[in-house]
Amino acid sequence: MKPFLEVKNLTVSFPTEDGLVRASNDVSFTVARGETLAVVGESGSGKSVTSLAVMGLHSRRSANISGQAILHLPTGPMDTISATPEAVRKLRGKSMAMIFQDPMSALHPYYSIGDQIAEAWALYNKGSKADGIRRATEMLELVGIPEPGKRVREFPHQFSGGMRQRVMIAMALVNNPSLLIADEPTTALDVTVQSQILKLLKDMQKEFNMAVILITHDLGVVAEVADRVCVMYAGKIVEQAEINDIYYKPDHPYTIGLLNSIPRVDQLEGRRLQAIPGQPPSLISLPKGCAFRSRCSFSEQVPDNRCATEVPDLNEKLEGHFSRCHLTETQLTRARSLAGSK
Amino acid sequence: MLKYLARRLAATLMVITLVSMSVFLIFDVLPMDPARLTCGKGCSPAVIEANRHRLGLDVPVQVQYGRFVKGLFVDRQYGDGAAAFSCPAPAFGYSFNRHECVTTLIADALPVTFSLAIGAFFLWLLIGISLGVIAAKRQGKWQDKASTAFVLFGISLPTFISGILILLMALKFRLIDPIEMGRWVSPFESPIGWAKNFIFPWLTLALAFAATYTRFTRSNVLETSSEDYIRTARAKGLSEKVVLRKHILRAALAPILTIAGLDFAGLLGGAIITENIFNLPGLGRLSIRAVLNDYDLPVIVATTLLAATFVVVMNLLVDIAYAYIDPRVRVA
Repeated sequence: MKPFLEVKNLTVSFPTEDGLVRASNDVSFTVARGETLAVVGESGSGKSVTSLAVMGLHSRRSANISGQAILHLPTGPMDTISATPEAVRKLRGKSMAMIFQDPMSALHPYYSIGDQIAEAWALYNKGSKADGIRRATEMLELVGIPEPGKRVREFPHQFSGGMRQRVMIAMALVNNPSLLIADEPTTALDVTVQSQILKLLKDMQKEFNMAVILITHDLGVVAEVADRVCVMYAGKIVEQAEINDIYYKPDHPYTIGLLNSIPRVDQLEGRRLQAIPGQPPSLISLPKGCAFRSRCSFSEQVPDNRCATEVPDLNEKLEGHFSRCHLTETQLTRARSLAGSK
Repeated sequence: MLKYLARRLAATLMVITLVSMSVFLIFDVLPMDPARLTCGKGCSPAVIEANRHRLGLDVPVQVQYGRFVKGLFVDRQYGDGAAAFSCPAPAFGYSFNRHECVTTLIADALPVTFSLAIGAFFLWLLIGISLGVIAAKRQGKWQDKASTAFVLFGISLPTFISGILILLMALKFRLIDPIEMGRWVSPFESPIGWAKNFIFPWLTLALAFAATYTRFTRSNVLETSSEDYIRTARAKGLSEKVVLRKHILRAALAPILTIAGLDFAGLLGGAIITENIFNLPGLGRLSIRAVLNDYDLPVIVATTLLAATFVVVMNLLVDIAYAYIDPRVRVA
C-alpha cells in the first residue's frame, strides 16, 4: 500500500529556561489511505507533539522541528516541515484535518455550529453563506446528529460532549480530507459515547477513504479501530507493528507492561492488573542508553549492561514488526509468557 | 428575554429612585442653608425667609422630594403672585445663583460633555485596542516593550498633569487660540471647528484611559490565543488574519465592552479636571462650580442624579449588548 503520509526522523524540541525539551525524538512512520495507525503512549510521550508538527500547528518561534513529514498529494509530494507556513496552511482542512481531545473547549463559544462548519467549507469551496449552512446541515446528518436542520443554528454550549465531538468530526471532514489526525478523540467522553464516536470515525474513514492517525493512551480504543500501532515512550517510537502482533506478540517490555495493566477477557480470572513501576524520565535530561531501562524488569538479562550505555535501535525483528530493545527474541518470548502468567 | 428586560428595567428605575432620595437626604443634613446663600452679606432675615419659601425649602424634606419628582413630569411653579415663574418639565429645579432653570443649564452643558466623552471614547478604544493587539502579537519584541512603557506612562500620569502639559504644548505651538478656547461649536454647524475645539481634551482623556485598555487588551488577546478553539480555527486552515480578527478578537474584546460602557457612562457625568483645564462649559464644570462657589443645591442634585442615571442605564445597555455577543448569556 502506497503511504499517504510519510514521517521521517521527525524531531521536535522546545527550548526552555531549564534546557531543551526533546518532546519527539527521531520519529518515523507511514500511514496510507484507508488505513488507521494508532499512536499509543502515556502523557508526555510525544504523541500530540508529533501530530501537531505534521499539521504545522507548532509556533515556529517556540519549537525547533527537524525531519520530514511528506504528504503524497495528487499534485506531488510535499513536506509540511520545510514548506512555508502559508503553503502548509492551505493543506490544513483540505488535505489533512485534525480533531482534538476536549470537544468542550475546541469549538468557539460565540459562533453557531453551522457558522463554524460553513467557515471551514467556504475556505475551499465557492458558494453563498446559505450554501455553507446547507452543507453544514448535511455533514451534521452524516455524523448522526438528530434534527440537523434545527441544531445547525445552535451554539456549542447547547450540545453534549459526545455531540460536540460529532460536530468536530463533521467540521474536520467537511472538505473531504485525505488524512485525519484524531488526538485522543474519546478521552473526554463517557465510555458508551466513546464507542459510538469510534464507530463513527471508522464509518467516516470508509466513506471518505481517509488515512487516519489515532492518538490515544487507551489500548482498548486501539483494539477497536487500529490496523497498525506505534508505541511511543519518552519521545521515541519503541515498538511498531500490526494490531494483532502488538496484542499477541508484544516485542518491547514497555508494550508488555502496558498490556498487563489493562483487563482482558481472554485471560485468567483473578489475575491482578500490573502497573508499570516508576515514572517516565525527564525529557530535558534523557538518560544514557534506553529511556525505559529504570522501569524495565528485564534489563539485567542483557549482557554487558548495554541497556545503560547504548540506545537500542528500532530493529525489525519479525517481518513488519519493529522494536527498540536489546533483548533477544527468545528472552522476549519468555518475558511475554512470564508477564501473562503472573 | 422580554421578561428579563422588564425585570432589569424595573431594577434600574429602583436604583435611580434610591440614588435621588439619598442625594436629597445628604443635602438636607448638611449644615448649610441655601436660602442664606441666595443673597449677600447684608441680607435681612425677612428676605432670607422669603427666598426660602420661593426655593421651596420651607417644607419638610419629603415634601421637597415629592415636588422635585412631580417637576420631572409637569411644569414647576416657583413663588407666588407677581414674582412667580415656572420651569417647563422636566424641571430639575431652579438655580437662584444663576437665575435659570437647572434644565436649561444642563441642556447647555450636556452637549459639551457628550462631545468630550464620545470623542475621547473612540480615541482611547482605537489607541488602546490597537496597541494591545500589537503588543500581544509581538510578545517580548520591542513593540511589546514600547507599549508597556506607554501603559506605565499613561497610568502613572494623572490627568491634571497630562492635561496641563498638553495644553501648554498646544499653546506654545499655537495649535489653540486661547481666546476661542472652550467656546462651544456645534458639530452640525462646523464639524472641523468642533473637532479642533475638542482634540486636545480628547487626547488628555484618551491618554489616561488608553493605557488601561492597552494592558487589558494585551492580556485578553494572549489568553484567548491559547484557547483550544483558536487551535481548532488554525487546524481548519484559516489564515492568521482571519484567526485574529474573527476568532481571537471576538472573544478577547467582549469583556472590554463591559468596562468601556461603564467608563463612557462615568465620563458622561462630567470630566471635572479635563473640563476645567480646557475651559469647557460641560457638566463637570457645572457641578464643581455649583459645589465650590455657591452651593447651588438644585444644580448639585440634578448633576449627581444625572451622572448616576448614566451609569445605571449604561450598565443595562451593556448587559443587553453582551447577550447579543455571547450566546451563552442569552439563554441564562
